[in-house]
Amino acid sequence: MNAQESAPAHPAIEVRNLHKSFGDNEVLTGIDFHVGQGEVVCVIGPSGSGKSTLLRCVNRLEEPTSGTILVEGIDITDPETDLNKIRTRIGMVFQQFNLFPHLDVLDNLVLAQRRAKKRGKTEARRIARQNLEKVGLADRADAFPSQLSGGQQQRVAIARALSMDPDMMLFDEPTSALDPELVGDVLAVMRRLVDEGMTMMVVTHEMGFAREVGDRVVFMDGGVVVEQGKPDDVLGNPQHERTRGFLSKVL
Amino acid sequence: MKPSTRRRLFRGSLYVILVAAIAALLLSANWKEIKYNFLDVEIAKQLFPAIIITAAKNTVVYTAIAFAGGLLLGLLLALMKLAPVGPYRWIATAYIETFRGLPALLVIFGFAFAVPTAFASWDPPGGSASSGLIGLILVSAAYIAETIRAGIQAVPAGQREAARSLGMAPGWTMISVVLPQAFRIITPPLTNELVIIIKDTSLLFIAGMALGDRELTVFARDSLSQFGNSTPLIVAGLMYLVITLPLTQLVAKLERHQNRGR
Repeated sequence: MNAQESAPAHPAIEVRNLHKSFGDNEVLTGIDFHVGQGEVVCVIGPSGSGKSTLLRCVNRLEEPTSGTILVEGIDITDPETDLNKIRTRIGMVFQQFNLFPHLDVLDNLVLAQRRAKKRGKTEARRIARQNLEKVGLADRADAFPSQLSGGQQQRVAIARALSMDPDMMLFDEPTSALDPELVGDVLAVMRRLVDEGMTMMVVTHEMGFAREVGDRVVFMDGGVVVEQGKPDDVLGNPQHERTRGFLSKVL
Repeated sequence: MKPSTRRRLFRGSLYVILVAAIAALLLSANWKEIKYNFLDVEIAKQLFPAIIITAAKNTVVYTAIAFAGGLLLGLLLALMKLAPVGPYRWIATAYIETFRGLPALLVIFGFAFAVPTAFASWDPPGGSASSGLIGLILVSAAYIAETIRAGIQAVPAGQREAARSLGMAPGWTMISVVLPQAFRIITPPLTNELVIIIKDTSLLFIAGMALGDRELTVFARDSLSQFGNSTPLIVAGLMYLVITLPLTQLVAKLERHQNRGR
């Protein structure tokens, strides 16, 4: 008996030899990638490197062209897999927030709990309010998304994903659409999730965040993983020319 | 000439032209004839209350039925047109192209006379008026289907993705996320459809209808023959405006209210 055996049997996310093409354009050219249980992995890279596509493949918002994606050991590329059920365990936060504009904040958080998790109204509302509390927006439960700032909308979006009690969270450039002064609040909420031990895959341009809270940084370019490792190593002492070139532009 | 003077002169002459045109129209009209043939107050008085409790009421009822039926069938057709299965799309496309291409009058005529002749068992409750009404539903559904389809496609893809990423099934995503937003987007063109249907109920005359089934236009035509005077046409026209104007105002108000959730 050793510590290895008592650890969870499967990594949270495991991607093997993933290819993804849009028409003739091959965006992912054989990706091997994983996120361990409780691990925070930040994916960085120039635009068009395929990092968002990789993230979107993990909950199959994009259909992989070939390859295998295992989420907690379950093959989500298998047509027999209940995708809706798996997705309730994978929280996703979008660059453009994608709150439901016709519903107020509370109903944004309640809707999928009712429709996908079949929770009762009272329970769903209680959980929704807990999560609004968590992102510091308990007082905006009755507001409509259009009445909130971008930073508030993104925090509501995080609370909406958390309301499904996910095992892991995917963040697709969560701060890229925000005014600079609003980025901090969103990062603070994400930091808190890290502290709570949430498994996270974060596609981001926030190098400071990646360095501070990431367990691992993955640098992608041209549809492949070029380099990965501890944040200080990848960001502070990159081994590949392409990584150095990218970091010299963004740091 | 100073630019401000020139501007005032230009605006002034626009008013002069307008006033002159209206004056010419009013002066050249034969007021005696108009008053006798179209504005006979005594005849107008005799149209009430029947023109409201029968004719206007029937216009509203026919409109409500045709619009509700058109919405339901139109929604079904729109969803068929977006279906992943080919034959559904083909059927919806064929339907929409056919019924948009045919004059409403012809379709109403067909359902009032051709269909009952072809199928002896065709006997909808309400007689020929409701046969014609079915024709009106089928025509309006074709237009409404295209409006709804455009509305569904105008909802940003991120909305669907957000709902699906939360584990919501495609059906729930459509019902709870996409359709409510689509209908907000298409409120103005749907209002248009509704107003068109109000006016198109006048085409039901071709089906022929019992006394109690008459709507505004048939009622006005019958009254015109009865009195040998055209005043009923004017009154019926005013009744149409009494129905359509508050309706468009109401929808405009509704739209402003909904904008808070966008």
